[in-house]
Amino acid sequence: MAATITPDAVEKTVFDALPQFGVDESAITREATFEELDVDSLDLAELSQIIEDEYGVQLKGDDVGKIKTVGDAVDLVVSRAG
Amino acid sequence: MTREIVVTGVGAVTPLGVGARTLYERWRAGESGIRDGVGAATEYEATEHLSVKEARRADRFTQLAMVASDEALAEAGWSDELPYDPNRVATLIGTGIGGIGTLEANHRQLLEKGPKAVSPLAIPLLMGNAASAAVSMRHGLRGQSFATLSACAAGAHAIGTAARMIQTGDADAVVTGGSEAALTPLATAAFAALDALSDLGISRPFDAQRDGFVMGEGAAVLVLEDGERARARGATILARLAGYGASSDAYHLTAPEKDGGGAVEAMSAALRDAGFGPQDVVYVNAHGTSTPLNDRAETIAIKKVLGAGVPVSSLKSAIGHLLGAAGAVEAVATILAMRDRIAPPTLNYEQPDEGLDLDYVPNEARTLESNGKPAVALSNAFGFGGHNAVLCLEVA
Repeated sequence: MAATITPDAVEKTVFDALPQFGVDESAITREATFEELDVDSLDLAELSQIIEDEYGVQLKGDDVGKIKTVGDAVDLVVSRAG
Repeated sequence: MTREIVVTGVGAVTPLGVGARTLYERWRAGESGIRDGVGAATEYEATEHLSVKEARRADRFTQLAMVASDEALAEAGWSDELPYDPNRVATLIGTGIGGIGTLEANHRQLLEKGPKAVSPLAIPLLMGNAASAAVSMRHGLRGQSFATLSACAAGAHAIGTAARMIQTGDADAVVTGGSEAALTPLATAAFAALDALSDLGISRPFDAQRDGFVMGEGAAVLVLEDGERARARGATILARLAGYGASSDAYHLTAPEKDGGGAVEAMSAALRDAGFGPQDVVYVNAHGTSTPLNDRAETIAIKKVLGAGVPVSSLKSAIGHLLGAAGAVEAVATILAMRDRIAPPTLNYEQPDEGLDLDYVPNEARTLESNGKPAVALSNAFGFGGHNAVLCLEVA
């Protein structure tokens, strides 16, 4: 059963996931770009997997190209709800 | 060999610790890195050498190669800036199996949780060329890079092939070596199923009681340079890679030829390539696995090529069999030993076996007579599949 998608829940998932990839926790904000955080396509593939596992929402290649900031990723997942 | 190939830096991570000198000095002192029948690189801690991101982007076999490469490049004086056009520096790291730990972990995920639980990092971590890729990226080496894959000869094949790259003019320098991290349930069970492993967990090459090899893990990396360029930049020359010989048994998937056939050819070819005769060789670093078949066939091969007088010892007695890393780790240890004019010991040697009557330097290191001449050594590596690769190393 996938977890309920709320902006806060998704934000927490993303904020919790990034440090596992080696991202400095103190640098993570909604406004931070993935480039600044040194989060690359492989990290985003892992993040997509975590999100799909938790919320049943798939992020595909095209989606990943569109998101620039942490907030973009959170918003995209939330927009896919329902 | 036409163009002179020199070694200007070495690095190693092995069951005897982190560092090439640590490996050599502990082996020379008769220390063993084997615990409970396994040669694990227990002193290696990823967090001491790699960032979180670097470590999780690399299987253990790649990590070990990265750390060994840092040491080798630092010794060569390359840490701050490459002395060559990066496009002229190649990377060639051999492995027997590659990232089998990653493969096993992801296969477990697949079986337990389904295909969506398999990591996007699985392939880039498990591929056998991952160590070469990581070392190339880590140091900005933009010449050709790939892996050699020839079981337990992979490290020696990498070093020999690297030398050829320089000789043909394809590269001015090569960062090369071998790496293996296969102390995993599948690899261990598979070698055990082949009856290749020691039931007693003791590595005792050439001894009558030997009953198989002990698995080990580790990596070694060497910086090879065109001798003329290395001298021009004032590099310290650790050794010359004077010759390289490789052959195939074309005989059996796992067993060596009983008369040492392919090994004889590889050793002879390495000597011819170096322009040396049997009388020039002061020491042989044997493949010496501690299996009944290898040690007998290798003894026969050494006798055919060099006669029975030359000191022969096996590093595997102290660290186990590092598979695709073995040829590189043993080359590094041989270089450092020849610099000291020392034949390090074959540990755990107790009972001579019939017909195995070489001088195996049992249990204690020995000083070699140098007579003021350069020390010439052979380092043997033979792999499942009948692959033979032999390096001829010369230390001034």
